[in-house]
Amino acid sequence: MTTTAALELVQLTKRYGSVTAVDAIDLKIPAGSYCCLLGPSGCGKTSTLRMIAGHESATSGDIIVGPKNVTDLPPAARNTAMMFQSYALFPHLSVIDNVAFALKMKGVAKAPRHAEANKLLELVDMQAYAARLPAQLSGGQQQRVALARALITSPQILLLDEPLSALDPFLRLRMRTELKKLQRELGISFIHVTHGQDEAMALADIVVLMNGGRIEQQGSPREIFNHPRTEFTAKFIGGHNVIAVGGETFAVRNDRLLLKKPGEAVAGPSIAGTVSEVEYQGTYVRVAVAADGGADISAQLTESQFDAANYIVGERVLATWDPALASPLKTRNPVTVTSSEQAA
Amino acid sequence: MNSSQPDAISGLAAQKRRGKSFSGVTEIGLSMIQDRKSFFAWLQAAPMMLVFALFFLLPLVFVTIVSAWDYNEYEMIPAFSLRGYTDTFEGCVADLPDLCTILKTYLKTLQLCLMTWSLTLLIGFTVAYFLAFHIRSKTWQIVLTLLCTIPFWTSNVIRMIAWIPLLGRNGLVNNALEGMGLIHQPLEWLLFSEFSVVLALVHLFTFFMVVPIFNSMIRIDKRLIEAAYDAGATGWQTLVNVVIPLSKPGIVIGSIFVITIVMGDFVTIGVMGGEQIASAGKIIETRLNALQFPAAAANAVILLGITILIISALTRIVDIRKEL
Repeated sequence: MTTTAALELVQLTKRYGSVTAVDAIDLKIPAGSYCCLLGPSGCGKTSTLRMIAGHESATSGDIIVGPKNVTDLPPAARNTAMMFQSYALFPHLSVIDNVAFALKMKGVAKAPRHAEANKLLELVDMQAYAARLPAQLSGGQQQRVALARALITSPQILLLDEPLSALDPFLRLRMRTELKKLQRELGISFIHVTHGQDEAMALADIVVLMNGGRIEQQGSPREIFNHPRTEFTAKFIGGHNVIAVGGETFAVRNDRLLLKKPGEAVAGPSIAGTVSEVEYQGTYVRVAVAADGGADISAQLTESQFDAANYIVGERVLATWDPALASPLKTRNPVTVTSSEQAA
Repeated sequence: MNSSQPDAISGLAAQKRRGKSFSGVTEIGLSMIQDRKSFFAWLQAAPMMLVFALFFLLPLVFVTIVSAWDYNEYEMIPAFSLRGYTDTFEGCVADLPDLCTILKTYLKTLQLCLMTWSLTLLIGFTVAYFLAFHIRSKTWQIVLTLLCTIPFWTSNVIRMIAWIPLLGRNGLVNNALEGMGLIHQPLEWLLFSEFSVVLALVHLFTFFMVVPIFNSMIRIDKRLIEAAYDAGATGWQTLVNVVIPLSKPGIVIGSIFVITIVMGDFVTIGVMGGEQIASAGKIIETRLNALQFPAAAANAVILLGITILIISALTRIVDIRKEL
């Protein structure tokens, strides 16, 4: 039904005056994959998306969709379609005319373009609302219409600019599932810009984590979560402690950090500290430890692990971990956690 | 209507605050609060209402009444008569298929109105588009919008006199054209003609188009333009399918301004037309000068009726209330 194409960015750069928003990034996204461009605001992810879409010209570098270099083509000639943040539906057009807009621009007659639009509305389960105006729809419904409108040109790559940010948390989870399902069913590539790491982890085949106009790390969510390569990645992706021991910095997952009472045998590296907070979270217990060097680390213990030791606030503990499960980090910044006790 | 709900809520809150007070007392207090609120609301609207009632509605009522009075050569007679109307349309049926004076005059007025309207719309839309979509900085938008008010910096009379050295028989334009060898005798139609009337009207009233259209346009989400571009629309298609439909309220409001002013204008048409062009406003003026007040009033009522018809047709196109 739909064809799909791989996307390749080569040394893609965007400068606004003296500010470099996107700094010579290289990226390959295989056909039919769900890719999340993730990063804090101002990291260049939206500029990258808008360059792929053709709404922002590239200062230098190339954008290749399938076999074709589309860098200088207008948006409609790129086989991409964009779903805008807060949807940008035409307020004066009914749902069906919004969806059929691209076909109208191509000069398709009313009957066939409405028939086609109806098919798309069926895909997103919105046929019942065909005659409504966007203002008469809820946020989630507007999003479905925006999806249908973007998909009517049969794009090979769908570009989504923070598609879930305008929704309330409950709807966000539901639409997240639907987006993933839709991508699987259509088999085309989705490139989804988000600043929510949970969203990226849940959806993406490939997460591209960006920072300061560069790609900080890319890979499957599991690769990134289990092997963060930089301190930024470890911190942004969450669930990690960044610990410096003997001049080296490691990222250790919260749930892989073990706590020992003073005097207990410790195999592997460790740092000492004081329990500063104990939070019961249902499926786990979070124990926050103020390390002696001044850093805050937190351990995620199972209920039974916690019950066995029953840590209380103010208690001295040793935090330890299996060195095989710690990811050594390349830090650009000076080490944040300084002195530490080292056990044999 | 809508205000009753917040009032009820604030009433409930007041009830809670007062605690154990008797419900009867609370109700009295509540209705007093409501009364006072609406009293102040009316008070705020009162000055404008008063001005409208005294200087607009009341005279309008008088005009309508007087239009149905009788009159002779030198005075009006307070007795019911439709002479004002019948005199106005005198010979209209007999002259058919030729048009009588009054119909010809109205046609001419409508024609001037249509020309002025289409030119102000075209220029106003273009200027508003430039201001809204090409000028990025808000400061420049304000500065340039203020520049559009330049025609209003002088009085109407001075402005119209100022056209004479420019467009007159030996004016700048004729001299320049002759100097360039493009013409060999002065163009007569530059001044005291329909051309100069429309020119002056357009010069004056384009601003009334620019402001409401600009106001509609800056409310258009720029992402809609991108969305249209994304869907493969050309610049022209975006204009026709997105920008114009979304500017409609501004276009209609601007059109109402221009049409009502031009339909009733007699000064500009008089001066710029060299008192040679008949217009609906001119008829009223002539009748007034002849002290035929009922006839003048009858013409005013007819003009008002036609203008209201045009405006209600325009508001059919767009629900303006939605946009204000």
